[in-house]
Amino acid sequence: MSDPMMEIRASFFVECEELLESLFDALQELSEGASDAENINVAFRAVHSIKGGAGAFSLDDLVEFAHHFETAMDEVRSGRLETDEDLIALFFRCGDILSDLVHASRDEVDIDRGGIDPVVSELKAAVGENGGEGGDDKGRDETPDFVPMTIDLSDLSGVDEPDVDFDFGSPPDLEVQVPDAPEAAAPRLRVRFKPEPELYESGNEPRSLIRSLADFGPCKTEIEFDPPSSLLPLDPPQTRLGWTIEIETKADPSAVEEVFEFADGLCELSVERIGPAPAETETLPEPSAAEEETAPAPPRTSEPREQSDVQSSPPGPKPSPRQRAAKKTAAAPSATVRVDLDRIDRLVNLVGELVINQAMLSQSVVEADLPSNSPIGSGLDEFLQLTRDIQESVMMIRAQPVKSLFQRMSRIVRESSSALGKRVRLVTEGETTEIDKTVIERLADPLTHMIRNAVDHGIESSEERLSVGKPEEGEVRLTALHRSGRVVIEITDDGGGIDRARVRRIAEEKGLISADANLTDSEIDQLLFMPGFSTAAEVSNLSGRGVGMDVVKNAITSLGGRISIHSAAGKGTTFSISLPLTLAVLDGMVVSVENETLVVPLSAIAETLTLRAEDNRRLGPRTSVVLVRESFVPLLDLGVELGYRDPKSSYGGSIALLIGQEDGSKAALVVDSIEDQRQVVIKGLQDSYGHVPGVAAATILGDGQIALILDPTDLVQSATGHSRAAILQEAG
Amino acid sequence: MAVREIRGWTRTTSLPHSPSYVRGVINLRGTVLPVIDLGVRLGLEPSDPDERNVIIVVDFDGRTIGLRVDAVSDILTLPAGQLRPPPEIAADASETFLRALTIIDERMVRVLDLQSVLPSHGDMAA
Repeated sequence: MSDPMMEIRASFFVECEELLESLFDALQELSEGASDAENINVAFRAVHSIKGGAGAFSLDDLVEFAHHFETAMDEVRSGRLETDEDLIALFFRCGDILSDLVHASRDEVDIDRGGIDPVVSELKAAVGENGGEGGDDKGRDETPDFVPMTIDLSDLSGVDEPDVDFDFGSPPDLEVQVPDAPEAAAPRLRVRFKPEPELYESGNEPRSLIRSLADFGPCKTEIEFDPPSSLLPLDPPQTRLGWTIEIETKADPSAVEEVFEFADGLCELSVERIGPAPAETETLPEPSAAEEETAPAPPRTSEPREQSDVQSSPPGPKPSPRQRAAKKTAAAPSATVRVDLDRIDRLVNLVGELVINQAMLSQSVVEADLPSNSPIGSGLDEFLQLTRDIQESVMMIRAQPVKSLFQRMSRIVRESSSALGKRVRLVTEGETTEIDKTVIERLADPLTHMIRNAVDHGIESSEERLSVGKPEEGEVRLTALHRSGRVVIEITDDGGGIDRARVRRIAEEKGLISADANLTDSEIDQLLFMPGFSTAAEVSNLSGRGVGMDVVKNAITSLGGRISIHSAAGKGTTFSISLPLTLAVLDGMVVSVENETLVVPLSAIAETLTLRAEDNRRLGPRTSVVLVRESFVPLLDLGVELGYRDPKSSYGGSIALLIGQEDGSKAALVVDSIEDQRQVVIKGLQDSYGHVPGVAAATILGDGQIALILDPTDLVQSATGHSRAAILQEAG
Repeated sequence: MAVREIRGWTRTTSLPHSPSYVRGVINLRGTVLPVIDLGVRLGLEPSDPDERNVIIVVDFDGRTIGLRVDAVSDILTLPAGQLRPPPEIAADASETFLRALTIIDERMVRVLDLQSVLPSHGDMAA
């Protein structure tokens, strides 16, 4: 991105995503009855910031809509409009449209006005009904007052000096209150605040100090700037900025001084009461500038330089995403850095290579046959530990909370329930559960489909629900949690459950099963995942989009995940998706079969055992079971399953891995020997080769050889064919 | 120019449930490279790999695949004008694996059609 403007634009849209997220958070809180002022303020600020930024980029549609939205929310903020269920629902729809507009603007595509205009009229109606007494206000509302921003920007683009860092995030209260503070008669305090360099060094942040002044009342801020004797080098603390803030408040000066308690001795501070001063002090014209000047961040200090430099220097420091992130740090409680995903991926790859390298090194040390207490050995152990730590930390970088995904789903529920005329509520749990970013991205489509299904097919119509004594409003529950090294995402509806007779009938009609097939309930449930099982008889414009559950299952499987169904008639259905935490490494047991080295994911292995001949029962020429603690478990010879050899006559004395399945059933997998237990780097086979039944991926061992990583569940279920799957069902 | 490099023989890791012409996979500097036995693919009898065999790494259609061959004897530049289309004898063109024929030093040299030699994604995995 050579165009600095494009860079700013890109970071604006990134910022928009965050703002939208906080908007929906706030709306969600509101809808749950927490109608405190802070929530509506957060929502308002989010929309306002989007509007401000959009104005700067002349995204007129976005600005216009955000303006209407903001106006309505302002009415609520000022207490002229009561929030009720309908209004919140309207706000939610507005939020959806706003996010559509943001995305359309980002991708530079046109958006269908048809969906927007009615909502705008609804917004106007909502404001109009209740906002009668705020007539003077309405005049202001009708003419969007974000003009300073626009002027600012056009100005900039005119001189081709787009070097001002716009903060689109969280405009402070003081800015919002500026228009409401025309009265000059109010008592005022004048605060002069000039930080010493030590203030910055001690980690204090003038911006937050100044911002907290806004709690006292409307503020007017003026900046003092002592030009340093020489322009370069520019050291931000040494630029000696100062602020004069006039607060319209009745508060005692000492109360204001308390704000600066921690800055005591680190700044020049004076607080004095002043009389009703004539409004000759410049009311801050530019919200962005106010924000700008209060934050002593590098991009800002560059601004005075650029101005006094009379553009002699080429556009130097750009407000890069990193700088924005730094600014963000000041506002958000937790410090974050925005990093390009490519860089992280590069790091992940490098660490992957490091792990392979470390394995190779260990192997050569073993081969060198050094005494066990040699310094090389212990040094290597430490190296191993460090590699592991680095790897884990790197994986953590890629992990993201599922929250953004869940928020998208809440929109799906809103839209699909209103399209179907059902009342459905989405309850989410475990939003902070972290999972690999790629998984999150690739989970969006399958999850959308499943949520639609839950609303469309899962939840019954209102009449039906009332007739069976359920609350009219259906509930779809979306939960995420960590369970034994995997992330489990569950989609639960409290609907009627799977109509198994109907599923069976459809499967028979489609020729997927024969009419006399004897199927258990869970087998019938599994039919939903079969390719070609499309509920064509009930095509609705919602879930009948030609995407079957088999596509969902494939998407999940390709992520190394598994999906299972539990359904109780009349009570509802739960789809449970179990996913690996990361797509890059796994803990595995290295085993060998017929001189082939294979890796079995440790998460799948319940235990290892040596088989006794008397525990081994043969059921047919190719099928055996083994008695493990009073229960019969199907016995699978890995060598046979992978086509490396023929079945042995007896498995007495063989080593077996007891594989635990997602559904609780077990299977014993016979191997020749267990070699090692170690962490392996996953190398996909899919891209270069394609899917191999029973094989999840490949890895590179210490000797440089490739070993296949097994997918035990797939192996047990598919490689063996239907007959043994049936045994499994009974055994399980 | 589909050929990326020529490598000495390394032991392959065989893949279960693969067609006979898929030899397995090898580690090519940290990536997993599927290797096809070109002889078997062209319908010759499978033979046990030998130290002198080489793997030709080809980039084709966005995929990187190794071809196991007995030996590489020469590298030629063929002028397009000397390429003759293969005679249309074979019933199924995709099974001939030939793109063209040419004559060099009185010997007929066949030019492979990589597109048909390399199995499509689905074929190979099935």
